[in-house]
Amino acid sequence: MNTEKQDALPITVTNVTKTYGKVRALDDVSLDVKSGEFLTLLGPSGSGKSTLLMVLAGFTRPDCGSLKFGGSEVIRTPPHLRDVGMTFQSYALFPHMTVFGNVGYPLRLRKVPKVEMRDRVEQALETVQLGGFGDRRIDQLSGGQRQRVAVARAIVFEPRILLMDEPLSALDKKLREQMQIELRHLHEKLGMTTVYVTHDQREALTMSDRIAVVNHGRIMQLATPRDLYERPANRFVADFIGDSTFLPVTRRNGQVCYGDMALKHDAPAPDAPDLLLMIRPERIVLSDDGPVNGANNFPATVNDVVYQGDSYLVQARMEDGSQISIRRAMRGSNITSMPVVGDMITMSLAPEDTVLIDGSEA
Amino acid sequence: MPTSRVNETGLRLDDRLERLRLFGLSSPAILLILVVLVIPVGWLFYVSFVGADGQFSLENYQRMIDRASYARIFATTFKVSFLTTGICILIGYPLAYFMSQLPPRLASLCMITVLLPFWTSLLVRTYAWLVLLQRQGLVNDWAIGLGLWDEPIKMVHNMTGTLIGMVHIMLPFLILPTYGAMKSISRDYMKAASNLGATPKTAFWTVFFPLSTPGLFAGALMVFILCLGFFVTPAVLGGGKVIMVSMKIVSNIELFVNWGAASALGVVLLSLAVIVLWVASRFLNLDQISGGGH
Repeated sequence: MNTEKQDALPITVTNVTKTYGKVRALDDVSLDVKSGEFLTLLGPSGSGKSTLLMVLAGFTRPDCGSLKFGGSEVIRTPPHLRDVGMTFQSYALFPHMTVFGNVGYPLRLRKVPKVEMRDRVEQALETVQLGGFGDRRIDQLSGGQRQRVAVARAIVFEPRILLMDEPLSALDKKLREQMQIELRHLHEKLGMTTVYVTHDQREALTMSDRIAVVNHGRIMQLATPRDLYERPANRFVADFIGDSTFLPVTRRNGQVCYGDMALKHDAPAPDAPDLLLMIRPERIVLSDDGPVNGANNFPATVNDVVYQGDSYLVQARMEDGSQISIRRAMRGSNITSMPVVGDMITMSLAPEDTVLIDGSEA
Repeated sequence: MPTSRVNETGLRLDDRLERLRLFGLSSPAILLILVVLVIPVGWLFYVSFVGADGQFSLENYQRMIDRASYARIFATTFKVSFLTTGICILIGYPLAYFMSQLPPRLASLCMITVLLPFWTSLLVRTYAWLVLLQRQGLVNDWAIGLGLWDEPIKMVHNMTGTLIGMVHIMLPFLILPTYGAMKSISRDYMKAASNLGATPKTAFWTVFFPLSTPGLFAGALMVFILCLGFFVTPAVLGGGKVIMVSMKIVSNIELFVNWGAASALGVVLLSLAVIVLWVASRFLNLDQISGGGH
């Protein structure tokens, strides 16, 4: 494998629709993946994110639409001619072949000479830190090692596009987080256009250049992780990424009000009939000294306090009956000041953290 | 601090009781196998070494070596078994593959049609073939009527008839384990092969076929062993021209009332089956036959 970056290919999806009976798995989806980009399709199960990946790989034939790799239309190209690397959720490593047999398989099909094949397989294995594992049988490998072999097999023939279908979902949390970083480094090193599917929002935030949030076969929002978290386009995205509390707000005399209180907010309110105030539990502050000047202040009563090691979570009921969560980082100094159930508290939300979103679900 | 060994005796007793109870539960089956299998086979073994004069003798085995007819019978037995197994593979493997690719509902419908013959007696199925294949049978009548051939073709009372019947009877035994092995092959494997650049044909031969062979071998082995001792179908459809070991055993008892000779043949047949199984077990996992273990 060459160490310098290869020229990656952009992917252009235009108006792709796929229906299964009455269900629209993909509903007129259009999406541009820039060359060399790490793009994640994020969504709940059944959202259509895997269907979209299967369309990219060529395993699912859509009803209509166009798919281009670089400049060329590939929507009718069979999977074995698409020349994209792919890893499967189940890894799909061939159990009757060794690690070498698996990683060498795509090279064997491409009639790469024996000596060169041996070098390239070994290099791919070294890339995923499994140098010298060629002779192992698949059933002798741990889950993490299988994952690496699957990646090595997907990159050994130097595809210019890499597709990954929930590659880390079978691993335990520690290993998963370690592999996230490794895959990210690998992407930086090899530079292939990568489309990654996951239902884990944290994984998506950690790894991606951009994230496409998918639901009901449509792309709800396509944005950088930061924009997605800070400025979700609608309630679904806000709900799916991170924890949030939503409070109903109304427009009155050009101002946005929660109850009778006019809210101070930095970013303009979206132009939508229904608005919601989105509050992230780590952004709202538990004020020990009453209302804070220049911020939005909310009185509430403590329902429950949950100690979670690195932080504690306060559940509180607001005056209109809404429930809200507040997360506070754990420090030595605030162990003693943890509120108890029944306390009256004041929560304050800075104008820059006061995010108004479109209240419609779609 | 001394290690405390509280309840050690009691727990060990429970262990032993549990094992006894398990043995107690399986004892009816063990007893049954002992009475209907181990004791008769042992007796068979004993009888085969008793000569006409009631003394220990190898004459029953000596006869098999001396007479050419016995060698011919064994050759026929193996020939029929090999051909039946081969034809079963050629017909059964594609069918099992077809079934394994069908949606579940259609697949179970197909499975029912494969298993349906099991509901009919072996004898009935064999005689049905006799009716179909004979000179004035359905097949000849129709073929001549349609102008496919002019003279009735002889399809029973020979090797052809025997093989047709045997293949029909044996096919499910090949299809079941093959289908089982195929069903357990994840579709992701084929997708992965295709994604890595394999044409459908290459993907089949490099991935699907090797992964299905344990089931295929298990099925073929079962068919082969069952064929070795098969009696009814070759007796009816072979018309006395296809003599297999099992038929010679019957004639030794019914015609010549020579239990020693019949037993010796039985012992040799059993030994051959065991040898085939033993050789096969060196190459494949026999658990596959019962559908367990992968």
